[in-house]
Amino acid sequence: MSERRTSPRLIGPGRWWLVPVGFAVMLLPPFYLDAFWLQTGLFAMSAAIGAIGLNLLTGSTGQLSMGHAFFLAVGAYGYVYLASSPEDGMTGLGLPTPLAFLGAIVLAGVAGGAFSPIAGRLRGVYLGIASLALIFIGQHVLFNAESVTGGFNGRNVPPLEIFGFSFDDSPGVVVLNVPFGALERLWFLAVALLVPAAWIARGILRGRPGRAMNTIRDHEVAAAVMGVPVARYRAGVFVLSSMYAGAAGALLALAFRRTVPDYFGMFLALDYLAMIVIGGLGSVAGAVAGAVFVSVLPQLLTRFGDDLPMVAAPGSGGVSPAEAARILYGAAVVAVVLFLPRGLAGVWPMLRSAASRRRASRHLTPLEKEEQPA
Amino acid sequence: MSTFIELVINGVSAGAVYALIALGFVIIFKATEVVNFAHASLLLAGGFVTAVLHDDIGFLAALAAGIAAAAVLGVLVQVLVLRHARVEDQAVLAIVTIGIDIVLATELTRRIGTRVLSLGDPWQDKIVYVGGVGIAQTRIAALVVAAAIITAFLLAFRFTSWGVAMRAAAEDGETASLMGIRLSRVSLAAWAIAGGLAAVAALFLTVFPTPGLDRGTSFAAMKAFPAAILGGLDSTTGALVGGLLIGLTESLVTGYQGDLTFLGRGIGGVAPFLVMLIVLLVRPAGLFGTREMSRV
Repeated sequence: MSERRTSPRLIGPGRWWLVPVGFAVMLLPPFYLDAFWLQTGLFAMSAAIGAIGLNLLTGSTGQLSMGHAFFLAVGAYGYVYLASSPEDGMTGLGLPTPLAFLGAIVLAGVAGGAFSPIAGRLRGVYLGIASLALIFIGQHVLFNAESVTGGFNGRNVPPLEIFGFSFDDSPGVVVLNVPFGALERLWFLAVALLVPAAWIARGILRGRPGRAMNTIRDHEVAAAVMGVPVARYRAGVFVLSSMYAGAAGALLALAFRRTVPDYFGMFLALDYLAMIVIGGLGSVAGAVAGAVFVSVLPQLLTRFGDDLPMVAAPGSGGVSPAEAARILYGAAVVAVVLFLPRGLAGVWPMLRSAASRRRASRHLTPLEKEEQPA
Repeated sequence: MSTFIELVINGVSAGAVYALIALGFVIIFKATEVVNFAHASLLLAGGFVTAVLHDDIGFLAALAAGIAAAAVLGVLVQVLVLRHARVEDQAVLAIVTIGIDIVLATELTRRIGTRVLSLGDPWQDKIVYVGGVGIAQTRIAALVVAAAIITAFLLAFRFTSWGVAMRAAAEDGETASLMGIRLSRVSLAAWAIAGGLAAVAALFLTVFPTPGLDRGTSFAAMKAFPAAILGGLDSTTGALVGGLLIGLTESLVTGYQGDLTFLGRGIGGVAPFLVMLIVLLVRPAGLFGTREMSRV
């Protein structure tokens, strides 16, 4: 297995300029964008964290999971439950919020571990449909465990507070003449979570565990013969991916400020699968690209729907922006598998190799070589 | 006691309908190794065509049109998309069908909107009393029709040359193709049949006591996934047994919901998935599925 196949290099020699550009892209938006785009960006970043987790599981290890939304729900409701103090019929532990955030991630991991007796025994599509059961069971629990989840109407999310700094709309924080409300503050939190999440996943994929995971995906028996403890790896990846989902869920809850069970249904699980396929299976950069594509597309269509043909206002009988977005990314999933087997993440290396091939072939003709700029 | 009998009959009838859907699912898998998550959309499409046309051309003609539409849609999926996907991985093919499902389901639910469409069936809400047990005519019709179709299919599968070709292709595609069986034709037939079966199932999923075809119908169709899986993805017998098991479970759990309140409201809808998980824990390849053997 070549290096390039498992994870296309993000920052290679001669591409140092990507670092400052990356920082600018991630750190400047709160100073310039309005609330609508900040919210969209927050969703995209939390989706990116969740998608990285799912990509570790489905893309790199070949374990199809249609139940990712369930683990997001565990993270979101885990945070709410651990952080809220008990009041009007609701239960909660009232823990300090950073602790609750970590607790939510751990809870999601535990939920993933609890599913591993099933996940460890099933292969391929059997696992996919078994994990689909998690969605239905999860929805049932969310609607019925009212004292924990608030039932149909959901529950308010207490804002995160780290060392007295609260991630809410409390006034008084102004940076460079930009008043920092909840969205601006959460943006930095999301960046602070996404960067290490991507870093860790990349490290895992490039190292020994990543090789083992890819081998399990490509041929389980061969992996076992070469000494990979297959069962332990599969369980481990399931737990890890659930923890990523837990972090994404808790971050989503903070961005939404209210969690409702409906959101964590099957559509969300399918969205995540769409993200990793569109972005590129088995690559961290791909998961991020896919997450951005799938989360930003509906918002783009909502914002600029008036200027687009075929997209009508919601309720007018035409194709609403949300529906148009769903149709577009459903089609994108199909198109990517047919035409870009490595997803969006594969486009850049493809262009590069095409360019270098062209350059290489030009070296052969001396006449053209002279025309090349030095 | 009469409640129990009623629930069992309703359960078997619902199970026969799930079996129809699961059978289509299994046929596609056997013929093409694709797990078709767009199955619920095929079903919705068939039902929708029937619902739209029945006022103008009568129920039976509309049903035939619905079946044809779903079959054609299935064939199109195979011809336009899956045939060109050069992917070995089953999971990736499954995700492709999810993409197709997203597109189809979004468009169909948009067209259905908030309406609840009737499919114009002749039975409506009439009820037959047999020995003090009231059974809706639709349930009897579902059972009879599903049983007839399944029997016909299984006979064809066993005795016609088409069935032999199909089984040979499923057993060993390469050899079958060397023997002169056209695999592309076999897979097209599989998709067409599966689509047709789904359209028939759509009819019986939406008649009395269900109010009609609405955007939730595809969720009802999802229960056929556990049916197909718990029976074993590559077994037609499994699809039948799985369908019945799911139908019975759902009917009984919903019927005795009053005694099961500790499990929460609406447990009937979740019970099929719970049963599936339990079966898979014991038999990871389903009840009748071929166990994957790996020898080293």
